[in-house]
Amino acid sequence: MTTETNVKIAIRDLSVYYDKKQAVHSLSLDIRAHEILSVIGPANSGITTLLRSLNRLFDLTPGSRTEGDILLDEKSIYGPDVSLTELRRRVGMVFDVPTPLPMSIFDNVAYGPRLKSKKARGSVAETVERSLRMAALWDETKDRLKMPAASLSGGQQQRLCIARVLALEPEVILLDRPCSGLDPISTAKIEDSLTLLKKQFTIVLAPHNVQQAVRVSSRTAFMLSGRLIEEGPSTEVFSDPKDRRTSDYITGRFG
Amino acid sequence: MRINPRTTGKIAKVLIWAAALSVLVVLVAIILYILFKGMPFINWRFLTDIPRSMGRSGGIAPAIAGTAMVSLVAIVIAVPFGIGTAFYLAEYTRGNAVTRIIRFSAESLAAIPSIVYGLFGFLFFVIYLDLGWSVLSGGLTLAFMILPTVIRTSEEAILTVPNTYREVSFSLGGTKWQTIRKAVFPSAIQGIANGVILSLGRCVAETAAVILTAGSALRMASSLFSPTRTMAVHFYYLAREGISMDNAYATAALLILLIFLINVVANAFVNRTMAKGR
Repeated sequence: MTTETNVKIAIRDLSVYYDKKQAVHSLSLDIRAHEILSVIGPANSGITTLLRSLNRLFDLTPGSRTEGDILLDEKSIYGPDVSLTELRRRVGMVFDVPTPLPMSIFDNVAYGPRLKSKKARGSVAETVERSLRMAALWDETKDRLKMPAASLSGGQQQRLCIARVLALEPEVILLDRPCSGLDPISTAKIEDSLTLLKKQFTIVLAPHNVQQAVRVSSRTAFMLSGRLIEEGPSTEVFSDPKDRRTSDYITGRFG
Repeated sequence: MRINPRTTGKIAKVLIWAAALSVLVVLVAIILYILFKGMPFINWRFLTDIPRSMGRSGGIAPAIAGTAMVSLVAIVIAVPFGIGTAFYLAEYTRGNAVTRIIRFSAESLAAIPSIVYGLFGFLFFVIYLDLGWSVLSGGLTLAFMILPTVIRTSEEAILTVPNTYREVSFSLGGTKWQTIRKAVFPSAIQGIANGVILSLGRCVAETAAVILTAGSALRMASSLFSPTRTMAVHFYYLAREGISMDNAYATAALLILLIFLINVVANAFVNRTMAKGR
């Protein structure tokens, strides 16, 4: 098997189960470095499960079971010498609802860096500022870093969550419907940040609608009932889908 | 004959209000009555002097010190074990035989009358371990008594912490222990503290278990191994032996004030220092 050098994550024949129920069916997919890959599909398609498999957060779910393999930089993330904390720092995750921890804005962003040893973390204050700037939240928060994160608006909270992931200095960022509860203006701000972040990170996005995938992603994968139906450059998937189910979904015939 | 729903609604409202109001009246009446009877006899001398002629005159300083020492021993022992057990039940296991046994035992222990703890403490700590009637025996017995409360209230507090906090912490590269310490504990501390305060109140107020284990010495306790008498026990002797009803009421009033104070101070402390940023 030849893997191109720019493949960041290679999903190989992945099957994921909750107890008896299978959520992902032998799925194979390459995620390239510095691209935004959108994974689209109706609810219960296994997209969240797939994303949570990529940083092994899925392992926390009782009764979960995984078959197949996921390679990050050509190394299996299920290998015996893999450190889960290290993996989750390299593959950061933003959840579908803003999930600020009940602490200040600063402490939220500093949460990840502070988990590292004193030597490894460097200057936390600098990391926090850099991360908030990258998430386009610095100007709004620089004068109230000590305020509770819950005092921010929903859109700001979600950008805070993005900043919190950026503070980990990750290689891959997973975003699971990050704009599902947000107004169009906040959504636009987050989409702008994503486009900027693409230069430095590999981004896997579960968009909350098809239009978002069109706007921000370079490639798109369509999933249905835990199976990968089709994937390719976004322009091709949306203008000339090969599978009828894909075209039915993106034209809004179901979903 | 059917009564229309609006009428039943009004009747229900009146009954519920009446229930709440009568409870309030009774509670306030008891507290006011005791404060009214006891406050006139509380003065600086009463707080600082030793009891004279069995407590007929003089103060209750040794009983105040005894109460503090016995309760402190109980809290210092019960709280770490209780909170540790609660975290074990809530975070480290999910519904196996061990957790069921611990939960069942804790529930059963919570329902046992305190005098049974007193008897156990008397037989085990006072006689068998030969600690005698002492601050230590009393404190250990009370620790056993409040342990179920600490476990239950702490576990409930931990379980109300939203699961997203744990997921976020894990997703940011936190280990299990870091997640518990930094994401779960700060959110549960308020509920845990409430359980500890409740337990402290029970220690301060406990009589039966303490008479049998800490004794009823009137002297000032000088160490963990000295016998002592708590305020509740002192009150019991003053009232039952008819030594001095005035001083009995004064002791009771002081107990009520003390418990009130513990609640206020502990809540302020928790709010100020531990529950930041919410």
